[in-house]
Amino acid sequence: MSEKIRVNDMVVRFANVNGTGSSSANEVFSKAVFRMGIPVSPKNIFPSNIQGLPTWYEVRISGQGYLGRRDGIDILVGVNPESMRNDIASVRQGGYFVYDSTRRLHDDMIREDIHMIGIPMMQLSIDNYEIPRLQQLFKNIIYIGALAVLIDLDLDVVKSIISEQFEKKPKLIPPNFKALDLGANWVRENLDYPLDVRLEHSTATGDKIMMDGNAATGLGAVYGGATVLAWYPITPSTSVAKSFETFAKKYRKDPHTGKNNFAIIQAEDELAAFGMAMGANWNGARGFTATSGAGISLMNEFIGLAYFAEVPMVVVDVQRGGPSTGMPTRTQQSDILPCAYASHGDTKHVLLIPANPTECFEFTALAFDLADQLQTVVFLMSDLDLGMNIHMTDPLTWDNNRQYNRGKVLNQEELEAVEDYGRFKDVDGDGIGYRVIPGTHPSKGAILSRGTSHDPYGRYTEDGVVHAGEIDRLIRKFNTAKGLVPRPEYYQEENRSNEAIIFYGTTTYAALEVMDILTNDGQPIDALRLKAFPFQEEVKSFIDSHSTVYVIEQNRDAQCRSLLILELGIDPAKIKSILNYDGMPITADAILRQLNRYHPGTNSSANTVDNHQKSHAL
Amino acid sequence: MSFVKPTFRHPTSTKNKAGFYKADYEGRISTLCAGCGHDSINASIVAACFEMNIEPHKVVKLSGIGCSSKAPAYYLNNSHGFNTVHGRMPSVATGANMANKDLIYLGVSGDGDSASIGIGQFVHVNRRNLNMVYIMMNNGCYGLTKGQDSATADIGSLSKGGSLNEFSPIDMVSLALEMGATFVARSFSGDKTQLVPLIKAAMAHPGFAFIDVISPCVTFNNNKGSTKAYDYVRDHIEVTSEFDFVPIKEEIAVDYPAGTQKSVTLHDGSQILLNKLNPDWNPTDRRSAMEKVQQARANGEILTGLLYIDAKTKDLHSMLETSDTPLNQLDAGVLCPGQSVLDEINTAHR
Repeated sequence: MSEKIRVNDMVVRFANVNGTGSSSANEVFSKAVFRMGIPVSPKNIFPSNIQGLPTWYEVRISGQGYLGRRDGIDILVGVNPESMRNDIASVRQGGYFVYDSTRRLHDDMIREDIHMIGIPMMQLSIDNYEIPRLQQLFKNIIYIGALAVLIDLDLDVVKSIISEQFEKKPKLIPPNFKALDLGANWVRENLDYPLDVRLEHSTATGDKIMMDGNAATGLGAVYGGATVLAWYPITPSTSVAKSFETFAKKYRKDPHTGKNNFAIIQAEDELAAFGMAMGANWNGARGFTATSGAGISLMNEFIGLAYFAEVPMVVVDVQRGGPSTGMPTRTQQSDILPCAYASHGDTKHVLLIPANPTECFEFTALAFDLADQLQTVVFLMSDLDLGMNIHMTDPLTWDNNRQYNRGKVLNQEELEAVEDYGRFKDVDGDGIGYRVIPGTHPSKGAILSRGTSHDPYGRYTEDGVVHAGEIDRLIRKFNTAKGLVPRPEYYQEENRSNEAIIFYGTTTYAALEVMDILTNDGQPIDALRLKAFPFQEEVKSFIDSHSTVYVIEQNRDAQCRSLLILELGIDPAKIKSILNYDGMPITADAILRQLNRYHPGTNSSANTVDNHQKSHAL
Repeated sequence: MSFVKPTFRHPTSTKNKAGFYKADYEGRISTLCAGCGHDSINASIVAACFEMNIEPHKVVKLSGIGCSSKAPAYYLNNSHGFNTVHGRMPSVATGANMANKDLIYLGVSGDGDSASIGIGQFVHVNRRNLNMVYIMMNNGCYGLTKGQDSATADIGSLSKGGSLNEFSPIDMVSLALEMGATFVARSFSGDKTQLVPLIKAAMAHPGFAFIDVISPCVTFNNNKGSTKAYDYVRDHIEVTSEFDFVPIKEEIAVDYPAGTQKSVTLHDGSQILLNKLNPDWNPTDRRSAMEKVQQARANGEILTGLLYIDAKTKDLHSMLETSDTPLNQLDAGVLCPGQSVLDEINTAHR
């Protein structure tokens, strides 16, 4: 079963029971790989449950810097008896199954075509720790130590991470070190090491950081000037609120009084959460809420109000698997259409679509400027994969000279100078009127904001012509948005191929890998990444300049494809779909398989990530 | 019916201490039915704001959906307002209040808006003790959709069409007391001498102030057999006390008999003076107020007046320890930690 040695190129999957402390041990593993300078991309595949169900932690390690998931598991560390049969089956031929040999593996579990590596993890733990809970926790560290020796993970790096983690509880450091050494030494004394898949120090990570998207989003809201957060707990967006709170408590205290330059309210439901955040925006603060698909459904009524009353609003949607309650702990990009056209009546909304944590930070901060400039709802379309997993990403930067763009807001003097003020009068021709914040002027500028039809002065009207005029103005405003939202990203200076791919958000990781594979095969394909809705005219030009365009996205109904057809008038025949909606982040293999299916007769074996057995654990 | 509001000002009308005429607190001409109780409440709001010397632009008007929620158009034309969506006014009020603690938040709602579709938000705004005045114009029916029973309709109340309500009513005053409101009152749209000082006291109160105002629907629920009809309310009203509100630095002019007088001093020094007509009840004791309300319900009485007040209350801003400067007045210099902090954060994530 020997094969050539592979360095800094592997998928390691840990199979655990949730609630046993495994995820923090596994995160130490990922961070250690990253600290060795090797690009790494971990995915926490967890159940909607607190304790007792199977959970996996999958780590793609790629010296070349590919951060998407990859088919084919090289090493599976399986310590969950419940999922073990499937876990063993999921290992690629010639791969490694590392298990706890404290209890003997049943004969029919043995696979001859992979390496079965038994390590008495629990026995080592029982022999060295007395308290059952600690035995469980240190078992996790023991397998990290064992794995480190098996694949040449630098134990000193692991130890430095553990030291940092327990900086405030230094008593916990020695027993953790001991557990690491227990695992490491057992391997040294009993097994051949390192394995054929192994690690080497590298510099491929450059100055990158490892951060989860939700942390970056919460931080982006702090930098973007948000002062009011109203939210309701829902996976996978809860940690956005947590992140905002953590950073705000640290960086948003009044230095003189110690009081909070922010207000956070855990609302009674998503409706109230939206209402509160919108109320804050209406009154001149920057407010936002964070939710997921189910919350978006509940917020629809308010979304329409903010749209029609033209109140700035920022909604973070960390998308998860739908429909209905769906797969609360799995990822999808299935809220694109529901957000783009949210609420009854004629509505359209601005979407910003980050593809990595750095963009979560930047786009969230930008969302507050755009909401103020456009006086409308702006959605940040994150997803569970982006939000809840840590990603290798560019360091965060901020221009210290940057001021917030509050859009068209009149102060008392400016209002005095206006002869015939009307809240919704389109004096600049961009569809955007001038706001007056409550409390500005004793006798001028006050209006009763409303969700009922109104004239340019904000007065109730049932005049159909006036109503249609206002609805048309909202489209002028939406067109103005095209010039303000982030432009798409191109991956070629000029067209190189007849066909092209379009993608957005976390699909980017796998799409970039596909582009490299195709280029290496001598068939480069043009690519464009969407970063926002409404789509600019250049997106149409890009599509028009190719014979066939494949839209890669992670939902069943090809939602973004529909949106492109509807909004840009694209011929549906020339725009095809590559989809993934099983709740797991899309892989380059999945994209290539579907791409090949559109090209019968071509050699499909040439362009796959590798020829290993496909993972089918989930 | 008139379509245009006269701009004529009575020659003897005077400015208040804030420098405004009473007309400066008025709104557009009401489109509610002639004789609607809501218009009397609107007039009381105008009178209360004028007498309180509040600059009109320092008030924020909020409402949900329904006849009552159209009302903000009919008072305080120089105040900003937000006519939101059905049953959701409390959340918008909460956010607006978080943005600027220096304004006065005056919400109006109806019994459909508050007791049915909006009961969740009503309950939670009570719990949070948001500093606002919440007036529920209570007519026991859905007027704007032609008179369906609401959740505050009493058992046995007859609708205009002759059907009898058999569902248990929600008593919003009891609910507010249970949910932690720190100012709870009930009044009658036809009793301005009571309602105006109640609204003034509610505006001075530094927490959540709820006033349930029985406000008959002349068109759909003023028939014989309805317990929200003018005649029925007048026959069953039970006033708890004579009542006056004395703003800070004003001389106390009323003189109630010793033994029944109760005065409550608010945080700003203003005073509420009560001449209790019932010796057993203590309006600063929540349990006593709840018992009094239950007793009155059992007796079929419509208890009005200030029923409960906790003058030493902490509002939501105090609980959240928000800055003294309103949040909507903080700029990037205060709000944005800048690149140096990002450098630290980047380092911590390597």
